[in-house]
Amino acid sequence: MGAQKKGGARVSDDSEEQSRQRLQAILLADSFTTKFRPVTLERPKVLLPLVNVPMIDYTLAWLESAGIEEVFVFCCAHSTQIIDYLETSEWRTHPNLVVRTIESHKSISAGDALRYIYEQQTETSQIQGDFVLVSGDTVSNMPLADLIHEHRERKKKDEKAIMTMVIKKSKPSLITHQSRLGTDQLFIAVDPLTKQLLHYEEDKVDHARGSVCLDKSLMESNPSVLLYNDMQDCYIDICSPEVLSLFEDNFDYQHLRRHFVKGVLVDDIMGYKIFTHEIGSSYAARVDNFRSYDTVSKDIIQRWTYPYVPDINFGGNRPVKLGREGIYRACDVVQSRSADVGASTVVGYGTKIGNGDRILNSVIGSGCIIGSNVVIEGSYIWNNVTIEDGCEIRNAIVCDGVRIRAGAVLEPGVVLSFKVVVGRDFVVPAYSKVSLLQQPMKEDSDEELEYADSSSGAADRLSGLSLEMESKGSELGPDGAGYIWEVCEGAHDEEWKHSVAPIPEDKLAEITQAMDDYDDMEDESVVPTSGELKSDADSINTDVNDPGDDYGYFEREVEGTFLRAVEEGIKVELGVLEINSLRLSYNMESADCAGAIFYSMMKLAVDTPHSSASELYKNASSIITKWKGLLGFYVKQTDEQIEVIMKFEEMCQETAKELGPLFAQILHVLYEKDVVQEDAIMRWAEEKAGADEADKVYLQQCETFIQWLKEASEEEDEDDDEEDD
Amino acid sequence: MPDVQSMVLEFVNKLRKRKIEGSQATARCTVELLRSVISHHRVPHANQASALIDAVKAVGAQLVAANPVELAVGNVVRRVLHIIREEDLSLATAAVAGLDLLDASDDDEDVNGKGIGYPGMSAAVVAAAARSTLRPPSLQTLLEGTPESATVPYTSSSGADSESKTADKSSITRKLKHDVIEGVNQLIHEIAGCHEQIAEQAIEHIHQNEVILTLGSSRTVLEFLCAAKEKKRSFRVFVAEGAPRYQGHLLAKELVARGLQTTVITDSAVFAMISRVNMVIIGAHAVMANGGVIGPVGVNMAALAAKKHAVPFVVLAGSHKLCPLYPHNPEVLLNELRSPSELLDFGEFSDCLDFGTGSGSPLLQVVNPTFDYVPPSLVSLFITDTGGHNPSYMYRLIADYYSADDLVM
Repeated sequence: MGAQKKGGARVSDDSEEQSRQRLQAILLADSFTTKFRPVTLERPKVLLPLVNVPMIDYTLAWLESAGIEEVFVFCCAHSTQIIDYLETSEWRTHPNLVVRTIESHKSISAGDALRYIYEQQTETSQIQGDFVLVSGDTVSNMPLADLIHEHRERKKKDEKAIMTMVIKKSKPSLITHQSRLGTDQLFIAVDPLTKQLLHYEEDKVDHARGSVCLDKSLMESNPSVLLYNDMQDCYIDICSPEVLSLFEDNFDYQHLRRHFVKGVLVDDIMGYKIFTHEIGSSYAARVDNFRSYDTVSKDIIQRWTYPYVPDINFGGNRPVKLGREGIYRACDVVQSRSADVGASTVVGYGTKIGNGDRILNSVIGSGCIIGSNVVIEGSYIWNNVTIEDGCEIRNAIVCDGVRIRAGAVLEPGVVLSFKVVVGRDFVVPAYSKVSLLQQPMKEDSDEELEYADSSSGAADRLSGLSLEMESKGSELGPDGAGYIWEVCEGAHDEEWKHSVAPIPEDKLAEITQAMDDYDDMEDESVVPTSGELKSDADSINTDVNDPGDDYGYFEREVEGTFLRAVEEGIKVELGVLEINSLRLSYNMESADCAGAIFYSMMKLAVDTPHSSASELYKNASSIITKWKGLLGFYVKQTDEQIEVIMKFEEMCQETAKELGPLFAQILHVLYEKDVVQEDAIMRWAEEKAGADEADKVYLQQCETFIQWLKEASEEEDEDDDEEDD
Repeated sequence: MPDVQSMVLEFVNKLRKRKIEGSQATARCTVELLRSVISHHRVPHANQASALIDAVKAVGAQLVAANPVELAVGNVVRRVLHIIREEDLSLATAAVAGLDLLDASDDDEDVNGKGIGYPGMSAAVVAAAARSTLRPPSLQTLLEGTPESATVPYTSSSGADSESKTADKSSITRKLKHDVIEGVNQLIHEIAGCHEQIAEQAIEHIHQNEVILTLGSSRTVLEFLCAAKEKKRSFRVFVAEGAPRYQGHLLAKELVARGLQTTVITDSAVFAMISRVNMVIIGAHAVMANGGVIGPVGVNMAALAAKKHAVPFVVLAGSHKLCPLYPHNPEVLLNELRSPSELLDFGEFSDCLDFGTGSGSPLLQVVNPTFDYVPPSLVSLFITDTGGHNPSYMYRLIADYYSADDLVM
């Protein structure tokens, strides 16, 4: 704060107004993601304890000591819980920091939140100028005063500089291409002189190739560009008021980075600019997923976040004493002499540790009771947890009020939500998430859709559920309580990426292996080619071949299915079902199906033993009569009917020449059986009229038939006319 | 009262966030805060001293809890408590000794209002007199065999006083607050002036053409060296840089600005350079009751090097740094571990701190302690604002400043 005042004094008259301005911050107390489910169904993420202190306290304590005077806490999900907490905490009466809450239940994304604040703004004009935008799960100790000053100075020179983004160097893992916080590797381009952000990419980077696509204009318009792949986005932004109005103007902006930053970078019309600020010795990180929960906890224990560490009372927390080897222990912990509490461990107030326990690398909250011979490694045990004798807990998160009965085992990556009971000797499988609440049936596919059903119903449902639970028994052993959540499709492979548990060795080996294979493949394709042209050509070829091959397979499958249907006498409806499923799995059009089925039918007719052409015709027409329902299902439209005729033509020319002479007759049959309609035949004829002589063979064959058709239709028209008259 | 409350909160907040650095600044802020606590405290008529003591203790406990590493806070709180006890005692004796005098002064005060002390005799003088006559644990009295009348009889006697002389009590209490504030002002003055007091002695310790080694940065050391320079002593200073915060660099800058011949060396070069050094002078963070010193990290190494080469190891400490506790005391938090970022660049080492791969347990640990403890056997001399003292005498010196009742807060 002192620095800010000094800064204000240095800048003379015209900025005096600005320097008198209160330093304000908007704190989003909702992450708008579902990454912390099921825990966040019952408690908002910002109130989850991080090394025994609610996350929001880290953020508020940092903002306060960085000289921020007023914070607007935007509450959405579980807003009452957050407001109640802030009311009772010491922030309410803090001399230097005014904490105000803004409540909105309709917002489902950061974009909505900022739009809501903008709307409020028109009435109350709370935000007076530049503000700091952070989320309530940020842990940092960076000074802000200078940065805000820098932002204001830049803004004064360049109206368009609306945002300054904080980044920090952090090397991503070479194997998983993940940052240490479990987020995807970030790729940014910055102007080395002005520090302007030119490109921001977090998801579309091709890790296997190690390449990224940049817009050509980027290089044209900037004399020099600095590319980073070892930066971490701290999600701390200094924003000018224009940012709010930008969100208002672009009502489809939801995500701060994916939409807003990219939108601003792409948009040339407004010409707004975003700048970056790299922090050196300070710490800043955001708890985005379970992996970063683990990482940030360890950073706090290792004191990177000093002075926001467990042995310092920084925001209403009760400090615990730091001993050797990074063991933080509250003064009233009851610990058995035979218990072995190892390095980097935090034990909270009133916790009892029994005989022969082994605790390592873990955080244990207040009021926990831990029985004898328990092993706890790399885990986060919150408050009032009871762990009975002989349990083994590795790399798990155990929420408030959980009871783990004797002999139970938690495998790595397990998350037990509030008040779950794990039954005797039950083994909770790795990466499972357990809650008293049932998993919401309909997964919101859109990640932006956050804890959809928030504060309102949770408590009611909880009481209802526990009753149900008793009657039902439990998924966690006979004396347990809780539902194991299904891991949703697709995310299964990704589960290990964001879990609290370290990535298992075999997974790492797998990725390395895959990468090596890829490299080998690359090598093969690259080595023999002399120039790049050829490799390109290769890739194009394969691309083209792929769908063709697919169709070939599909045709064979359809044929097989059809033959089986004929042999086993399967009903038409069931045949339709089977072929439909094939169609879906091969991603084919119904026209393709029609072609394939007709092909199979004719093939069957040809393959059926016959002595003369007339016999063949008989076979074919009987098959068509019998299976017209199946074919009819796919030839509802003229295009599909034409496809059938074309297919027929193709067959006659290539695979089944015997059918050639019978073309007109069979076409007639198809017409009679309503498989092919008049329109389709006419259009086919029209199309073919302009073709080569060779292609016209079948058209000529059918000439009389078509003639007849035309006359019939004219007659019909005449009839119609007469009727109309 | 509410403004005092918010002042306390603000100071507590600053202490918690480690925003105030240096024991002198902390001590000064603490004593100023306590003065306003005392002056705003509404005192009851009976048992005023204990009411004041309770008020100060309550605030003191908050301050100490806010930053237990900064021992100066506790020291100053104890000093203030000691002042209250002394003033109470001296008033009690004065009341017994000369009722007439008190009555006269009382009338005087009623006329002129508060703020005017004794017409004839200042409170300080009375207090000093009372101290000299009444203080029980002085070396002389002990030798003379006077029965030890520590604090227990004193409280009982004051209690008896309050019962018997209720009429006098009101005047005594009004006086008490005034006297206490006077005493606290003196303490503020003392803390503010400790540098000069210590620096005055510089000429006796630093001789011509000597080489002085110091480590880290201390204002007291700076003033001490400059005082010797001003007295036309010519000498050279070696400054060990004091990793990882490198405050030695700042000290070197200041020394050069004042025209002193300065050499900067790394901490690890201390042992190599010590043979050329005539005296090691360092500033302390705190001096414990046993004569042990808490100083910037690396000091113990310098002390050992000095011992090995029989170089005098001199510690400068203002009286507010004298801590009545022993280092083995469970309440004493001797050290503070600061952020590893002072040692390592986070970005450079971030791949070593990736918990997602491997066993998940941090393989890289960084320990960054702020302080070092030097045992009394390595210290040659303490220079405080009252003069030079032997380490073994420190407990005696401390007994002059603190009363035994306040050691545990």
